[in-house]
Formats: sequence, C-alpha cells, structure tokens
Amino acid sequence: MNVVIVGCGRTGAFLAELLDKGGDTVSIVDVERSAFKRLPADFKGTPVLGDGTDMDILRQAGIESASAFLSLTQGDNRNLMAAQIAKKIFGVGQVFAKVNDPIRAATYRGQGLYTFSRTTILGTLLHAVITGEKSIGPNLMKAAMKHDEELSADLPSVGR
Amino acid sequence: MYFVVAGGGEVGYHLSKALLEAGHEVMIIERDRRRALWIEEQLGSVVINAPADEGKYQIQAGCQRADAVLAVTGDDEDNLIISQLAKLKCGANRVIARVNNPKNEIVFKAMGIDETLSSTRVLMGVIEQELPTGGFMPLMPLTRSDLEIVEAEIAAGSPAADREVEAVGLPAGAHIGAIVRKGKILHAHRDTKLEVGDRIIVFAPTAVEQEVRKALFG
Repeated sequence: MNVVIVGCGRTGAFLAELLDKGGDTVSIVDVERSAFKRLPADFKGTPVLGDGTDMDILRQAGIESASAFLSLTQGDNRNLMAAQIAKKIFGVGQVFAKVNDPIRAATYRGQGLYTFSRTTILGTLLHAVITGEKSIGPNLMKAAMKHDEELSADLPSVGR
Repeated sequence: MYFVVAGGGEVGYHLSKALLEAGHEVMIIERDRRRALWIEEQLGSVVINAPADEGKYQIQAGCQRADAVLAVTGDDEDNLIISQLAKLKCGANRVIARVNNPKNEIVFKAMGIDETLSSTRVLMGVIEQELPTGGFMPLMPLTRSDLEIVEAEIAAGSPAADREVEAVGLPAGAHIGAIVRKGKILHAHRDTKLEVGDRIIVFAPTAVEQEVRKALFG
C-alpha cells in the first residue's frame, strides 16, 4: 500500500515507522527539515520537504498513486485543507485528518473525510479505563503500551 | 448591507473601515485580543474577540443573516475552513475568500468556495495595465462560472488591428462584448473593424486566457 503522511511530528513519525516496518511504501511531508530526525535511521520511506497543502508537493510525495492519506500536522485547518485536496482533487481512497476541535471533526466527517479528534479519542479511552468499561479500553491500551516498550527498548542507553 | 469580516489584520481592518464609511454594517471576528481591542478603539463596537473558524462565534457574529461573509486572514487554510463552516454551519448567503497563494484558487473552487480574491492577481492586473506594451488586463472573474472579463488595447502591429470582429480568431467561447473607441462605446458586430487604439472588453473562459492574449497580441 502507498501511503502519504503530512506532518512528521511524534504521531506522524511513529505511524510512518510502523507502516514502513510492515512493508508499506510511505512518503512523509513536513515544512521543517529537522522534523525528519524523528524517523528511524533505517527508514526506507521518502521524506518530502514542503507544504502539505501545496498540490505540487503532494504530487512529489506520490499522492497520485496513494491509496491512503493522513494529515497529522498541528493545525486543524491545515489538516482539513490537505485532506480535502487529497479527496476531492486527487481522489485518494482513504483520507484521514487529525482535527482536535471535536465540532470541526464532526462537521467534516459528513463530507467524506475520516476525521478524528485526539481530544475525544484520548478522553474516551481514559474514561473507559477508569470506569472499567471492558469493550473499549484494555485492548487498545495494551497495544499502545507494547509500542512504548518496543520504542524504549530500541534506545541502548535507557535503563542502564 | 451587513458584512461579517473574518480576520482583523491589515486587509480586514481597512476593508471594514471602508465598508463602515460607505454606510454598511460590519462585524469583525479577530482572534488576537490586543488587535481586537485596538480595532475597537479605532472603529467602535464592531469586533468579536474570538477565533473565526468556530461555528459558535460565526453565529454570534451573525454569519447566518449577513449579506456576505468575507474571509480575509493571511492564511489560506484558515480562509478555506472559515468559508466552508460559514456555508455548512451557518448557511451564509454569500462567502468571499481571500486567497494568498494564487495556486489555491483552483483548490478553493474544487471545495465549493467559488468567490475568491487573489491579491497577487489583482496586483498583476494593475501592473499589466500600467505597462506600456501590456495592454491586456483580466478585469474580474464572473461569479459562479469559470468565465472572466478581460480588457485589451489594440496596439499597432496587433494581429487584430484592421480586422473585422469575426476574423480576429478568438478561441471558442470567447466573445468581444464592447469596443471603446475615442471614449465612446461601440457594439461589436461581426463586421465591425477593430482599429489601433481601440480598447475591447472580452468575455472568455478563464482557461483560454492565453489564447485570447495570443489572438490579440500575436
């Protein structure tokens, strides 16, 4: 699967690494060159320096052959603009946008975008864990914590 | 008329001031508290200090009953989302968005925002009007269509000089609407001959602008 990610922050870099290790072809776009330092040394995907709402940069990142697109920058509006370009101009199949304002997330969900809000995801998850709600919490938490341990084990100096 | 101006930067402030002076009602939505206070000192109680990209503040500002919502911040992504929310959440009558990067005009159109203003394009128009050899100026886009109005001066040596209107060879869909000759307007009949010094008004699909230019200037 060809995947384009906009925003090489913690989440973007983490997801790029997971997909890359799983054998997917990943391009990751960021305006800051230093953001790519978050990618592991053995990353096989393509870092693309530029603005993720610029169609030419997205073409350079291979959006025309991508089957999934995720916009994960810090700006809700930037993510919504990039995601709409991916969906409406390039016709990418699966398009995800991080939209931390829950109201804006809900508004654009009706427009064919898979929007999600870190605010409500994290809040709902923690609520489920605290109240002992079994159907949501434990499995996701377990999977996330496993990743934490793997990442920390990759660093030789930690715990020694 | 009643206008909501999203973004009280240089453009938003001067635009609001001009609208108020012309006797219109205006409400500005400005995120920055100090800027909002400053505008209030200058223009009176016509500011809401809030982010313009949130539905509840758009409603508070009256986007649902405004004659037009003008999204004029310095960031294209903000102007896009402000415009879309005003349409989707408030059912705004009319939305006009400022586009800073001219490339984004296509993006805004694809996303349902038909009325855009690009300062780069406006400036290009002014510059082309002032250049001695230019004589070709896209005046304005026609709302809710991919058409525009272009003004051109027939210079000596133009392939259109001394030709009849039907022989000018404009691309399909482009029409000469009027001819301005010595300060008077002439109808552009098929057999009207264009003269050096004429200014012509052309209606044309935006996509064929370059071909229109070629037919008139070679």
